[in-house]
Amino acid sequence: MTMINPKQTPMSKQDPRDRAKNFNEVSFGYTKEEAILEARRCLKCKKPPCVAGCPVSIDIPLFITAIMEGAFDQALQVIKTKNSLPGVCGRVCPQEDQCEKVCLLGRKNEPVSIGRLERAAADYGQGNAPALFRSKKKKVAVVGAGPAGLTMAGDLARSGFQVTIFEALHKPGGVLVYGIPEFRLPKLIVEQEVESIKKLGVDLRVDQLIGRTFTIDDLKKDGYQAVFIASGAGFPKFMNIPGENFNGVYSANEFLTRVNLMKAYLFPEFDTPIKKVKRVAVIGGGNVAMDSARTALRLGAEKVYNVYRRSRKEMPARVEEIENAMEEGIQLEFLVNPSRIIDDGQGWVKGLECLRMELGECDESGRCRPLPIKGSEFVLEVEQVIMAIGTAANPLLSATTPDLKVNKWGYIEADESTGQTSKEGVFAGGDIVTGSATVILAMGAARKSAEAIAKYLKGSRNERQ
Amino acid sequence: MYKILVKRDLIPSVKFIAVEAKDIAAKVQPGQFVILRLTEKGERIPLTVADFNRQLGIISIIFQEIGRTTKELGLLKEGETITNIVGPLGQPTHIEKVGTVVCVGGGVGTAALYPITRAFKEAGNRVITIIGGRSRDYIIWEKEIGALSDTLIVTTDDGSYGIKGLVTKPLEEMIRDSEQIDQVIAIGPVIMMKAVSHLTKSCGIKTMVSLNPIMLDGTGMCGVCRVEVNNETKFACFHGPDFDGHLVNFDLLMHRLKTYQTEEKISLEKGEHCR
Ligand SMILES: Cc1cc2nc3c(=O)[nH]c(=O)nc-3n(C[C@H](O)[C@H](O)[C@H](O)COP(=O)(O)OP(=O)(O)OC[C@H]3O[C@@H](n4cnc5c(N)ncnc54)[C@H](O)[C@@H]3O)c2cc1C
Ligand SMILES: Cc1cc2nc3c(=O)[nH]c(=O)nc-3n(C[C@H](O)[C@H](O)[C@H](O)COP(=O)(O)OP(=O)(O)OC[C@H]3O[C@@H](n4cnc5c(N)ncnc54)[C@H](O)[C@@H]3O)c2cc1C
Ligand code: SF4
Ligand code: SF4
Ligand code: FES
Repeated sequence: MTMINPKQTPMSKQDPRDRAKNFNEVSFGYTKEEAILEARRCLKCKKPPCVAGCPVSIDIPLFITAIMEGAFDQALQVIKTKNSLPGVCGRVCPQEDQCEKVCLLGRKNEPVSIGRLERAAADYGQGNAPALFRSKKKKVAVVGAGPAGLTMAGDLARSGFQVTIFEALHKPGGVLVYGIPEFRLPKLIVEQEVESIKKLGVDLRVDQLIGRTFTIDDLKKDGYQAVFIASGAGFPKFMNIPGENFNGVYSANEFLTRVNLMKAYLFPEFDTPIKKVKRVAVIGGGNVAMDSARTALRLGAEKVYNVYRRSRKEMPARVEEIENAMEEGIQLEFLVNPSRIIDDGQGWVKGLECLRMELGECDESGRCRPLPIKGSEFVLEVEQVIMAIGTAANPLLSATTPDLKVNKWGYIEADESTGQTSKEGVFAGGDIVTGSATVILAMGAARKSAEAIAKYLKGSRNERQ
Repeated sequence: MYKILVKRDLIPSVKFIAVEAKDIAAKVQPGQFVILRLTEKGERIPLTVADFNRQLGIISIIFQEIGRTTKELGLLKEGETITNIVGPLGQPTHIEKVGTVVCVGGGVGTAALYPITRAFKEAGNRVITIIGGRSRDYIIWEKEIGALSDTLIVTTDDGSYGIKGLVTKPLEEMIRDSEQIDQVIAIGPVIMMKAVSHLTKSCGIKTMVSLNPIMLDGTGMCGVCRVEVNNETKFACFHGPDFDGHLVNFDLLMHRLKTYQTEEKISLEKGEHCR
């Protein structure tokens, strides 16, 4: 028997000093040879726990076997029967909390690097998963072209339904195009994966704000027998501290949308502007905060603080991204909470006043409440403040669809296993149901709901030829 | 792709276009706007729907060429297309029968006022319209809006036409003469909306204004359009653009509109787009 390497095959990255100054992808991905080497580490378990750890149940040992044989096309097609966005998931999925967390090999050694292998399959493989049915009689409308909406569209199109996606922005992808930066997820990858979903026969319509251009009821009247709402949770939150409307205060959504969707980092070649300043403070501890801080650095800031009110241990951002950020020179300020934004007397940001915190009582999950230390105020001198403290549900759809039930935070109430909402024929999934979560959880919810919608539509007559 | 069917020059640097946009024309209400993007490298800018024809599926826009995108829009000819238009966006203006409504339009704001004036008239109100501009050459839509109004008053800053003075002058006189006014709606430059609101506040006449902060998505996703109303932060693209003029922090709005002045200049000087 050959010995299994206890360690993962490393993936090469751009040098931190270089990459802090450009928007190119940070990690290069495996070469084919590295991928095959890593694929050899997999034990091909009979009852693979990794599959259960993947919210869309990719047949992980099967696609890894294909890679081991150098059959990247087959590997990709295996993945695509369950996951329409492998190039995306291979890059941004929190694998360490999903498939890799339960990988059998991981009990004693480092787990198989499933995410990187998935990325390799997407980078080197070609082809779509086969369609299952060919009848196109029943129409389904999908609201939003983020990961949840795209997954739903891909799944239903493959099962023979006629799917139309209505997307409010001028580009599909949701957070994948407006939020997650180019250096972590090249937009070309998203475009290619969207194209391959369109090739399944999905009709994708941009510039359609449901609730305004059409209401959910309009869609039903128009002959869509089922509607899937996947509108995400993109209503930015602010802290309600003094000075938040000074010039130079951004929500992370605004900052990232300007840079990613509108390509403001290429201004003036692209028309949308962004302010480039020397000193920036980003508030928050999640992926969104890391992305904002690293983007600010790439726009040319000399000093970027990331202010978080708890400690490193509690940071919700992916470990890999925190490490990348630190390598690049982002200054993480733990146990610090902003108390007000200071201006230069003319309404432009000049500083962020903060308080030091200490951790108080802890709840069952071990998360402790940060409490301000009296008299510990200090000021970070910055010209820009970016709020990355989370988002809420956009109330547009609930306001224009009176019989759609939402919970007290405004998220749509939907059955966990089917996505069924309070409204007949209307389903929902992704961030608009759970609040901000992850790409793969949104996709997992869509996948379950796609099965339920197919079943629901088959309940009514003449769905097959 | 949205085709420009008609294009006309109204006054220097203000143009009218009628665009094919069936779905938007079917839904739009007075007070709502669209966001458009001209090219792949273009920015998204908001413009009010100045008129619409539901049967023909057409919306009209009147815009002032002030910067990169509006100038580029002004270069498009009939038959050419706009890459993206999304809408209708924002809350429709609240229209009801209240009695006498004074509609005040300044500059290109008169265009946005037009469908609102019509709706107030159709709702059975007596409508007095005041429109103003720098000089005679800067008065737009006089005939059209005049035809909808019971009374039309025109002002010019230099007195070259109508009453010499700002739009607030005839309004002030009406208030002084204790004319019955049940509601005022003002659309135009921020400074003008501020002046009108200031005037009507002292005598408690309900005044709606339509705010025009910088916008990006227009759907409530980015928060750049935040304005302060009654000391609370609101997203103008979502909660507005209409707000109670007596509660709006106009100075903040004016200040926030200056955010990208330096960049706007660079963008404008960059030269012609290769289209
Ligand atoms: C900056 C950032 C970084 C992140 N990093 C990671 C990461 O590394 N890994 C990870 O797993 N997750 C990450 N996430 C979270 C992840 O992106 C989301 O959980 C996921 O995108 C949710 O998918 P969704 O399809 O539910 O919604 P979204 O991606 O939000 O897509 C919703 C779509 O619906 C459209 N829409 C909204 N309302 C309407 C309407 N009324 N009509 C029509 N269209 C509408 C929107 O324009 C959007 O395109 C990150 C999030 C952000 C913001
Ligand atoms: C709800 C709403 C309705 C509007 N309706 C009309 C209309 O019917 N006709 C009309 O002529 N104008 C209208 N405007 C203003 C119009 O959007 C701006 O004139 C336009 O964006 C300027 O873009 P630019 O590239 O030509 O000029 P720039 O040089 O980029 O900007 C010139 C000035 O326009 C403002 N501005 C810049 N970018 C934006 C932006 N993305 N969003 C909003 N304002 C911006 C700023 O004050 C800036 O200083 C409206 C604005 C809003 C918010
Ligand atoms: S989609 Fe995510 S959880 Fe599933 S196998 Fe890929 S990396 Fe793992
Ligand atoms: S659990 Fe790990 S070792 Fe087992 S099949 Fe899955 S990836 Fe391979
Ligand atoms: S324009 Fe982005 S929230 Fe209003």
